[in-house]
Amino acid sequence: MTSSNGKIRLATVWLGGCSGCHMSFLDLNEKLIDLAGRAELVYSPIADAKVFPEGVDVTLVEGAVANDDHVELAHQLRARSRIVVSFGDCAVTGNVTALRNRLGLDDVLTAVYHEGPGQAPRGDDEHVMPTLLPKVLPLHQVVPVDAYIPGCPPEPERIWAAVAALLDGKPVELPVAMRTFGA
Amino acid sequence: METVVTLTLNGEMVSARADQTLLDVIREQKIDLPTLCHMQGLSERGGCRLCVVEVQGAPRPMAACVTPVTEGMVVRTHTPELEHQRRLVVELLLAERNHVCAVCVVNGHCDLQWAAAKLGVASVRYEYLHPDLTMDASHARFVLDHNRCILCTRCVRVCDEVEGAHTWDIAGRGIKTRVITDLSRPWGDSPSCTSCGKCVQVCPTGALFEKGATVAEMTKERDFVGWIIRGRTKREWTW
Amino acid sequence: MNRIELQAIADKEIERQQELKCRVLCCASTACLSSGGQEVRKALQDELKAAGLTKDVQVVATGCKGLCSRGPVVEVTGPAQERVLYANVTAEAAQQIVRQHLVGGQPVNDYRLDADSPFFTKQVRVVLSNSGIVDPERIEDYIARQGYAALGHALREMTPEEVCLAIRRSGLRGRGGAGYATGLKWDLVRKADGRDKYVIANGDEGDPGAYMDRTLMESDPHRVLEGMALAGYAVGAEQGFLYVRGEYPLAVKRLERAIKAAERQGVLGSRIFDSNFNFRVDIRIGAGAFVCGEETALMSSIMGRRGEPRPRPPYPAQSGLWNSPTLINNVETFGNIAPIILNGPEWYAAMGTEKSKGTKIFALTGNVNNTGLIEVPMGITLREIVFEIGGGIPDGRTFKAAQTGGPSGGCIPAEYLDTPVDYESLTALGSMMGSGGLIVMDDQTSMVDVAKFYMEFCMDESCGKCVPCRVGTAQMHRLLSRLIAGEASAADLATLEELCRMVKALSLCGLGQSAPNPILSTLKYFRAEYEARLKSGAAHGAPSQEAA
Repeated sequence: MTSSNGKIRLATVWLGGCSGCHMSFLDLNEKLIDLAGRAELVYSPIADAKVFPEGVDVTLVEGAVANDDHVELAHQLRARSRIVVSFGDCAVTGNVTALRNRLGLDDVLTAVYHEGPGQAPRGDDEHVMPTLLPKVLPLHQVVPVDAYIPGCPPEPERIWAAVAALLDGKPVELPVAMRTFGA
Repeated sequence: METVVTLTLNGEMVSARADQTLLDVIREQKIDLPTLCHMQGLSERGGCRLCVVEVQGAPRPMAACVTPVTEGMVVRTHTPELEHQRRLVVELLLAERNHVCAVCVVNGHCDLQWAAAKLGVASVRYEYLHPDLTMDASHARFVLDHNRCILCTRCVRVCDEVEGAHTWDIAGRGIKTRVITDLSRPWGDSPSCTSCGKCVQVCPTGALFEKGATVAEMTKERDFVGWIIRGRTKREWTW
Repeated sequence: MNRIELQAIADKEIERQQELKCRVLCCASTACLSSGGQEVRKALQDELKAAGLTKDVQVVATGCKGLCSRGPVVEVTGPAQERVLYANVTAEAAQQIVRQHLVGGQPVNDYRLDADSPFFTKQVRVVLSNSGIVDPERIEDYIARQGYAALGHALREMTPEEVCLAIRRSGLRGRGGAGYATGLKWDLVRKADGRDKYVIANGDEGDPGAYMDRTLMESDPHRVLEGMALAGYAVGAEQGFLYVRGEYPLAVKRLERAIKAAERQGVLGSRIFDSNFNFRVDIRIGAGAFVCGEETALMSSIMGRRGEPRPRPPYPAQSGLWNSPTLINNVETFGNIAPIILNGPEWYAAMGTEKSKGTKIFALTGNVNNTGLIEVPMGITLREIVFEIGGGIPDGRTFKAAQTGGPSGGCIPAEYLDTPVDYESLTALGSMMGSGGLIVMDDQTSMVDVAKFYMEFCMDESCGKCVPCRVGTAQMHRLLSRLIAGEASAADLATLEELCRMVKALSLCGLGQSAPNPILSTLKYFRAEYEARLKSGAAHGAPSQEAA
């Protein structure tokens, strides 16, 4: 299932994360030119598509699942992608995004929005903001995931090792030094 | 005279002294077997279960660190089943507390992190338990972060067996088990702690660290326990 | 003390009992005391006083008679008396029993219990032969029923080797659960090198619903002490420890009195029966950790350390308490010793099946009419236990499963009701003999809930030393909770099964290795109940979103 121009249809998604993984992706530098020759970016925070398209070959998902919008998008991208990749530690483990899990959700909201600067409304009051899940989840605990790229953020070398394998239709098998969480 | 026994290790005949553990012999043969609670120079605990090996005739895998070698033993160290079970153990540890590698002082120098990478733990299949744990920063030089403790008790053993202070111990049981200083008073108030820092150096994770270190800055000096033991027993004081 | 003096004590006590018109035996074990046994005994005494019968009739506080669900249980017995059993006795009923029965000679039929019912007739009481008959606080009562005669005999007529041989030939196996051959264990300790050796009685009974050891210690403490002393003689130990869980204060009190009385009579302590054999018994009280029932953890606790198991080998027989050879047996195992020595190993081996000899005590509880403590010959079927001794399932419900072996055991479904109860058969069914808990469940019981109950128990009681048990039990519990909440997928069920296998294989001690058993055995026989709880149509599950 590739584009009419023979390129892999690639998507990247940004859930509950800091966008550091996407920054690291951009640090692929000249590799991005190779990538552009072989893949078409059909959906991404750095591309101008509003709806996650059908028929995607590979989707890299940055960030953990933290609110109901994330859950909805996760299910949608899973249904529309052949291969889903947890991209970076937040998607793989929950990581920094999940640091709030040891605290109660109400305590977190109070501390951030009522005691902190500003008076932002709570999501479930006015449907202005998506409702936060009681616990932040790694992506694979919401939808099945096919491959994992750990790291916070993953170094460009890791990303390329994984993406190059995916472009060649091979399974992602990173060497030990590229498998560590965190680093 | 030392008794020598012969055993079969992954299909190879190997000689060993009868007073050696299976782990000693496996390491001598340069076979990479993961361990977390084992530490050269300290008593064995047999708690992390990562060094389990298959011993022919035994009803279940045996922890190599606490299994003495015996004549004619047939041992396999890396069957697919053992590798799979080791992965599950590491996943249980990663899900037990808040091991957020990205913001850890020993990121890149952590035994748990590397054990996971070597075993090919790509993700954790269990629910993260996210317990609400505290830190103890009352000590002038060191910090205890329960979030990263895997209860290997290396700190307890090195403090008792090498330093002789026995500041560290364990309280509670099961999933509520915690390491404690003295009778669970703040580390900084401990009259028994000599501030020698041995516990910090042997800690496999970022549960014990030096103040002033930030993310990924702290490395640990693990060889020194063996060095002290060699010095004490053989009067060899060279690194 | 010598054997002639022992016989004199026995004769005097028997004579004293014969002179009474009758004796009223009141159960004073924990179960009957909690249903008002104390008040009943007082009412009997007051009423007898009022009737002027205190010289002719003696009220005896005995141990357990077994039918705990019908307590308080009272027995009237005497040389020229028909044996009459009363159940559910109240203080008023006690007064009536004195007036109508003891004074008037007419048994009170309203409270009368059929002593010929299968509950009593199907039982064979060997370990509990004195239970409910002797006053556990009077050593004379025990001696009158051949108490300490086995010890006196062995010290005079048998070598330690011969005692071990007798136990081996009897076929007795450990009653704590694992079923290791007792005589073999004794021989190992006897042959082990060591200046000091120790004998430990494991009374840290902790399985939910089990109270065999408590009852034996409360009802016949001297039986346990005599068994320990015989073991001490057989293996060459001079010090015994009785490790009793802290939740058993009555057992501790009676054991303490029994030890003092036995020392005073010279059947424990120094130069027992004027021989060169010395044997002291000290009580150690557990602090409420289930894992201390595991032998290496128990020894750690006796030595004043944290109650954590350690890997075996070395086994206690080689290196136990303070690195000395140590014999450790369950309290019930020790309860079997004196009868074997007195009646001979052949007598004992004639009871039971080929590989499981003698009798076993069970705490029969759950959805069954007669709950209580029973002693049955090995090889009896589960059906006989549940439907004859137990009197069937109450409220017209049907039998669904029996749980044996506590948190280490498993569930046995109805199709195996005719299985003989012995070590091998129960293990083959994926359960185990265990220490003797037997919980009957009717058709309203959810087996997934049962599994979760046991997993919660194991999670709470894990010592935390090894990762598979410490974290594995917590994760198995989470997975079961999600399954029960209808949030688990088929993948979660697979994760649960995979985790069960790992925890079973990799845990350090028996507690962890057997912790998955309640899940595995209910999955084996009641898999459909698990599958019915799966989230409908979900191939992949998310963890619970309920507030944690």
